[in-house]
Amino acid sequence: MNERREITLTINDVLYTVMVEPRRTLVDVIRDDCAQTGTHIGCEHGVCGACTVLLDGEPVRACLIFAVQARERSIRTVEGLQRGEQLHPMQEAFTRHHALQCGFCTPGFLMLAVGALEKWPDLNDKQLVDILSSNLCRCTGYENIIKAVRAAAIQMKAQA
Amino acid sequence: MTAGPTRWIGVSVERLEDPPLLIGRGQFAGDLSFPHQLHMRIVRSPSAHGRLKAIELAAANAVPGVVAIWTANDVTHIPPIDFREGPNEKLAPFRQPVLAKDCVRYVGEPVAAVFATDPYVAEDAADLVSLQIDELGVVVDASLAPGEFGGVLTTEATICRQGYGDVAAAFRQAAAVVELDLSVGRHSGVPLETRGAIGRYDAARDVLELHGAAKVPHRNRETLARMFGRSTAGLHLYESHVGGGFGIRGEIYPEDILVLVAAMRFRRPVKWLEDRREHMIAANHSRQQRHRIRAAVDGDGHLIAIDDEFFHDQGAYIRTHGTRVVDTACGMLPGPYRLPHFRVAGHFRLTNKTPAATYRSPGRYETNFVRERLMDAIARKLDLSRVEVRRRNLISSQEMPFERPLVALGDEVVLDSGDYEGLLDKAIAQFEWYKLEVDVMRRRESGEHVGLGLAMFVEKSGLGPTDGARINVHTDGVVEVITGGASVGQGFETVIAQVCAEILGVDYRRVRVVHGRTDRIEYGIGAHATRATVMTANAAAIAAEKVRAKALNMAAQLLQQDESALTIANGDVVRTDSTGASISLGDLAHHLRPASSTRGDRDPGLSEEGWFTTAHMTYPYGVQLALVKIDPGTGAIRIEKMMIAFDVGRAINPTLVRGQLVGGFAQGLGGALFEEFAYDEAGQPLSVTLADYLIPTASEVPHVDILLTEDARSKFNPLGIKGAGEGGVAAVGAVIASAVDDALGGKGLILRLPITPQVVKAAIDELKV
Repeated sequence: MNERREITLTINDVLYTVMVEPRRTLVDVIRDDCAQTGTHIGCEHGVCGACTVLLDGEPVRACLIFAVQARERSIRTVEGLQRGEQLHPMQEAFTRHHALQCGFCTPGFLMLAVGALEKWPDLNDKQLVDILSSNLCRCTGYENIIKAVRAAAIQMKAQA
Repeated sequence: MTAGPTRWIGVSVERLEDPPLLIGRGQFAGDLSFPHQLHMRIVRSPSAHGRLKAIELAAANAVPGVVAIWTANDVTHIPPIDFREGPNEKLAPFRQPVLAKDCVRYVGEPVAAVFATDPYVAEDAADLVSLQIDELGVVVDASLAPGEFGGVLTTEATICRQGYGDVAAAFRQAAAVVELDLSVGRHSGVPLETRGAIGRYDAARDVLELHGAAKVPHRNRETLARMFGRSTAGLHLYESHVGGGFGIRGEIYPEDILVLVAAMRFRRPVKWLEDRREHMIAANHSRQQRHRIRAAVDGDGHLIAIDDEFFHDQGAYIRTHGTRVVDTACGMLPGPYRLPHFRVAGHFRLTNKTPAATYRSPGRYETNFVRERLMDAIARKLDLSRVEVRRRNLISSQEMPFERPLVALGDEVVLDSGDYEGLLDKAIAQFEWYKLEVDVMRRRESGEHVGLGLAMFVEKSGLGPTDGARINVHTDGVVEVITGGASVGQGFETVIAQVCAEILGVDYRRVRVVHGRTDRIEYGIGAHATRATVMTANAAAIAAEKVRAKALNMAAQLLQQDESALTIANGDVVRTDSTGASISLGDLAHHLRPASSTRGDRDPGLSEEGWFTTAHMTYPYGVQLALVKIDPGTGAIRIEKMMIAFDVGRAINPTLVRGQLVGGFAQGLGGALFEEFAYDEAGQPLSVTLADYLIPTASEVPHVDILLTEDARSKFNPLGIKGAGEGGVAAVGAVIASAVDDALGGKGLILRLPITPQVVKAAIDELKV
């Protein structure tokens, strides 16, 4: 199982060909082998959601997936949210509503919220809180995260 | 356009910290790597107490990629981890060794360190290290009789005592006595980022570097230099982004020492990242105390005396804080109330659990719960309302500054300013307490289990004695502020920039704030005890005033104006009436460069240093109020309405203050209802994942109304500010207990935190009987 094999990952539309052991988690490969350290590791057992990335558009825990399972699938991380210098509406809303303090959980929340709203643009407040409950934040008490996501939802719909 | 200065203090500007964090370009400890680095993995004790007979390393050493495996014998020259406040002979025997030598005392204690070329390999090899341990008996309850420690000592390391007056006589005079036995569970900060440390030795400069430092880099440099017998000149600490501090992050732990020693010995950088399970059993725990407290009151409910004996569950060793949590608990227990006689004895006891230290609002979260439960009990005993019993005992604004013959954090308690009753009135009115009381009565009649709670508290902030800042204006006009402060995500850079911007007349986005680096400024006390904004902002203000004076002086010469006719606006020195020529701060810095012919006899550079010294801490205060509903079928508690009223003296950035309060509330709610490091009777930890240790999610944390007031500026610093870091968390256990108890009929049934559904359900079932 420890024999390395070559795989190609597509992260934010860029191809990365890397040699990895089959047991290496997707988040470790994204961070250490592809140098995209915006995706964070908070628990390595799928509870905190700091490592949330979009896999074919679906928010997933990158600590619970092996990198080899992500071959030939599209991975989106926080580094891919901006368009050039232009922040994604979700990023803008997070700073405007003070939805981050230490910022460690932020990439996971951004990807979770963007993934959910791209799929379901009309989430009501209760559904939104339900989805945001998948990830943990230890600084903000969530209130400003919820506000930011609501505001971004309106922006995203307007731009869609 | 007038040249009036732009206001930055008191404005909720967006944070300077946010941009890199939003785009995935933050730099947390795990994001840092150096060429040729090794990876460290710690082998930890699986046993809560035992004699270490043998460590078998052969299988682990045979794993390809393993460079070395260390046990205690490899670090015999390193002393146990020292106290930040310096040597303490009495407590010294209880300090933690870097690696366990003959005895292990808690599950998670470092026993060996594996160094390998790859983190997966290091972990594989660590799993192959086998330990032979002869089990010994364990102590898991600090309120039971002490056990032995190291053969000659007992697990009662010390007893912290404070008090004044004649408590015995007071109890003899009392019209009524109320007595409670109250416990707070074991919980901790549990930041989302686990700990991380990278040691690096730069032989070319003979400098040993610790990356991933946090909270108190300068103080830790002093401790580490003392432990290593190394000059501070050859030892530097570097803070990166910190994924939550909360008191526990940034203390010196065994792993920090090991990466430094290894970096020196291997001449290669050594990186260590904690995994979540390790964090739950290795990073500081906090809070766990049992109080046996009694109060003597007169017939009108006035406190005459409090007598408290409590048992503090320190865990297996005494770490960097020494007895600080217990000392603070003793000094802060009386809260906002007048208290003629007081006696407290805190039994500082070791147990076979993960060592404990500070967690946001240490010693106050616990004692606010204890004291406010006591106030509710007094109200019940004397048939007074819970609001009234508090009102009768509050220290009045006319009595400020109010000196108490007590000590907290080594500082005499002098409550500098406050209108406690004024804030209580405002909070009660805005919360609509009396209307809700009527609602609650009506809803109970229809069978609902609803209740109201309130708690009052005094926080402390701005621990001195001295902090500094150096400001340097670059020739492009960028203002660099070099501080000895630290950032744990609270918005430090933004608020320091706002203060400097206001005084220097520049846009706050032109200010860069340096923090957490021992190589940029000689001294600093970092970010702890809600001190960073109070201390560093005042130091920065002093430095900024000097820079402003120097800029105006230089500009007056160049513009041929009187200094008094000049001011600074938008980064330019201009005439106050906005007429005539102007000159930018950048150009002034250019005129002040060493080789400048216009500099005259002024010292080179548009730069100055400022130091702020304070004799005492400053004390913000607050009221927390809650309305809760219990589900009688499950015992689940839902918070229907929550308010935190808090007087911060003067808010530099109100949005950030609110953020601190709401975020702190969420942590306090965890401790009140969900979070607990549970242990079985053998000392095995039962809460080792985030699926066992339940941090509140967006579904559990309610909306919190914040009533932020600025009625009582601090009298102890020129900016008049008080700290906001801990006011949100401080009384959450107290207020939720008060409300849940009320929902259960106000019988004083809630005596312990966290209040689990099992406890509530059992209480409800008992009420039905």
